[in-house]
Amino acid sequence: MELSGIAAYLVSFFTFVGIYGILALGLNMQWGFTGQFNIGIAGFFAVGAYTSAILTTPESPWHLGGFGQPFLVGVLGAVIVSALVGLLIGWITARLRTDYLAIATIGIAETLRLIIANESWLTNGVRGMSGIDRPFSDFFQALGLSSAMGSLIVVAAFLAGVYFLVERARQSPWGRVLRAIRENEPATEAAGKNIGRFRLEAFVVGSAIMGLGGALYAHYFGFLSPEAFLPLYGTFLVWVMLIAGGSGNNLGALVGAVVIWTIWSGSEFVMSASLPEGYGGYAGPLRVILIGVLLQVILIARPEGLLPERAPQAIATTRRERARQQ
Amino acid sequence: MYILVELLQLSIYGIVLGSILTLGAIGVSMIFGILRFAHFAHGDLITVGAYTGLGFLMMTNAPFWFALPAGMAGAAIIAVLIDQTVYKRIRRRQPVILLISSFGIGLILRSFVQIIWGPHVFSFPGGIQRPWLVWELAIIPNHVWIFLAALIIVTLLHLFLTRTRVGKAMRAMSDNMDLALITGIPAERIIMITWLLGGALAAGAGVLLGLDSRLTPTMGWNILLPVFAAAIVGGIGRPYGAIAGGMLIGLAMEISTLFLEPSYKPAVAFLIMVAVLIARPHGIFKGAW
Amino acid sequence: MRLLEANNIHGGYGGADILHGASIRVDNDEIVVIVGANGAGKSTLMKAVFGLLHVREGEVLYQGKPITNTRPEQMVSRGIAYVPQEYNIFPSLTVQENLEMGAYALRGNIRPRLEKVFSVFPRLRERRRQEAGLMSGGERQMVAIGRALMIDPKLLMLDEPTAGLSPKLIDETFERIRGIRNLGIGVVMVEQNAKQALAIADRGYVLATGANRFEDTGANLLANREVAEMFLGG
Ligand SMILES: Nc1ncnc2c1ncn2[C@@H]1O[C@H](COP(=O)(O)OP(=O)(O)OP(=O)(O)O)[C@@H](O)[C@H]1O
Ligand SMILES: [Mg+2]
Repeated sequence: MELSGIAAYLVSFFTFVGIYGILALGLNMQWGFTGQFNIGIAGFFAVGAYTSAILTTPESPWHLGGFGQPFLVGVLGAVIVSALVGLLIGWITARLRTDYLAIATIGIAETLRLIIANESWLTNGVRGMSGIDRPFSDFFQALGLSSAMGSLIVVAAFLAGVYFLVERARQSPWGRVLRAIRENEPATEAAGKNIGRFRLEAFVVGSAIMGLGGALYAHYFGFLSPEAFLPLYGTFLVWVMLIAGGSGNNLGALVGAVVIWTIWSGSEFVMSASLPEGYGGYAGPLRVILIGVLLQVILIARPEGLLPERAPQAIATTRRERARQQ
Repeated sequence: MYILVELLQLSIYGIVLGSILTLGAIGVSMIFGILRFAHFAHGDLITVGAYTGLGFLMMTNAPFWFALPAGMAGAAIIAVLIDQTVYKRIRRRQPVILLISSFGIGLILRSFVQIIWGPHVFSFPGGIQRPWLVWELAIIPNHVWIFLAALIIVTLLHLFLTRTRVGKAMRAMSDNMDLALITGIPAERIIMITWLLGGALAAGAGVLLGLDSRLTPTMGWNILLPVFAAAIVGGIGRPYGAIAGGMLIGLAMEISTLFLEPSYKPAVAFLIMVAVLIARPHGIFKGAW
Repeated sequence: MRLLEANNIHGGYGGADILHGASIRVDNDEIVVIVGANGAGKSTLMKAVFGLLHVREGEVLYQGKPITNTRPEQMVSRGIAYVPQEYNIFPSLTVQENLEMGAYALRGNIRPRLEKVFSVFPRLRERRRQEAGLMSGGERQMVAIGRALMIDPKLLMLDEPTAGLSPKLIDETFERIRGIRNLGIGVVMVEQNAKQALAIADRGYVLATGANRFEDTGANLLANREVAEMFLGG
């Protein structure tokens, strides 16, 4: 590969790491801090992506809008709409136990995907939406940078901002309450905290961050279709990233994003180089198996992840589990 | 009049779909009852069961119905193997870790199906069937067989759970795990049998689903949401509720096509589930096993 | 004959120790009663003896052989049955199924054992097809004790078998427990109804903060002024 090819690859590589890093931080807010199980990440991601696309693309007969707004308005809209969706879902599922929440979130992601695929007036359905501009491409061009490089810079800036905010949140009294809820809900409730409210706040913030990730993806990639939001890419990788990095640890979430994305995209190279002629179709499933097995190994061998959460962890166990441990 | 016929026709489809969902939901419910986690690989276990049945037919040229026991045996063994190699090692931690793990296991299973069978669409032998006309209703013979097969499987399961020592012990463990251990019920063995049954039932659902339509690597994943909905509506952890839940969800999904795009069927299942979760967090059907 | 002996038991639920050197012993044909304030560690001691939580220090002997930290299944197969204080039945199983589960660990025909339990608790025979969770508190206790009797235990461990029962049922339960002892089964039970329990006890222990405070025959403990003031409500 030529040098410029490598450079282009690296730009795309880090842009994806940045987007996935943002998603992993959003999930960390929900799962890592608060213990809320969201496997509908793809849904929030999609809401953010489509919202920003509809807001920023020029008027089109094929879908709602577009409204031709600037990039930042699209991003803001994405954050607001996914926060609202998170609010609605969080409010509905507030009292549900973990498993139900997991099922509910996957149901929501699936329902959103169906809406995207079927409601052509809104999203142009399975034909997808194209012509989504990269952020500030004129500005970066004036600086002599490619639009892809510009995207990377923008993604990095947003990633840094989100990281700064979630890290502040983690160390704040608010973050401590979230952890207290995760560790011992009855005790936290007894201490007079409004558990439902804290939970909901964390869920909404996490959803908004995921929506932001979706918007950045839309503007980097330029094209959206329901296919991009199958559970695998949107959700599974993010989970593996967070668990591999260390849930509860924001830096861990970022490290996880780098490591897992490296493995995921690196395996594509290895497979395309090593699979015999005509077996290229196996690369996709083989890579999924690789990541899937990796997840199991981490869960079994190093459940705390590469960078374990620092606060001492005393997970409150139920009577049943305790008896099982005997 | 026309609408009535339409409604009855859709109800037949609903019962057929409900029979399939029931088999999946009972397994989900049993596993939840004993291991306390929502098994997210169950959909893909359904897929694996269907393909195992198909593979058996292709290798042996046996008549179609052999796909059912063959698929059930295959998926049962695979379920136990998964439990012994993966789930067993993380069972002592929070149940939700099992949930994450099972999500990954599901993807692994699906990928294996893709690798072994490729992207082609398969269907069970038998071809297009000419429906029987009963009054104004068209009844496809396979639909009758699907219903009867599910009925037989559920009846056998019922007999197992209520008449055998192991079946009763499964119910006991689901009722009160601590007490089961104190009583001297060998938990590990019962858990293994739970996986055998859960896998077999999933394969039952898979083969019947394949018979109803076609086999694709995502067939099981696509009905996972309705299966969960059926289990939850019936009160998760209660296999008998899953029967009622399966029928209710199946009927609702089919009848919804009167006024909704058919592709929204899973969303209908999901909405009912959410409504039930909010109104009656323990399911709408009272009573336990 | 010495059936069970627990010496100087230390242990707890993983955090700080709850038990600080508690000891008990039970012989054949003996009812041994453990009393003490709420939170004294009575239930904890029972669980420690039965192998449900880790004994950090001390030893448990059964028929003279060490069984410290033995798994519950093995305790059952050695003839030790335990009825916990709460959640001691399988609510969705019928009465008879609950009893059958009691004998799960054993091979062979369980009919004679069922008959034996039914003869101790005739009420259970009448209601054997009833779902256990739908029964009254007293009936549930019968189911729980009956389930434990199904293994034909040599030693029966009961944690508050009369909790929540009416005075009449309490009398009846104690009467049954004497009947069980008369079958040659050693009984060790934790009781809140201390006066009545000590009255039928051959021996008793008073536990305080995880250690023995008093031990004597039931009658002597009842007569002991200090015990009476502290635990028997004057
Ligand atoms: N599962 C548990 N995990 C941690 N601590 C426990 C657990 N169960 C009991 N404890 C603690 O152990 C101590 C002794 O409890 P235990 O249940 O043995 O008391 P008890 O004498 O049986 O009281 P009661 O008369 O109320 O039944 C208490 O301080 C209690 O808080
Ligand atoms: Mg107690």
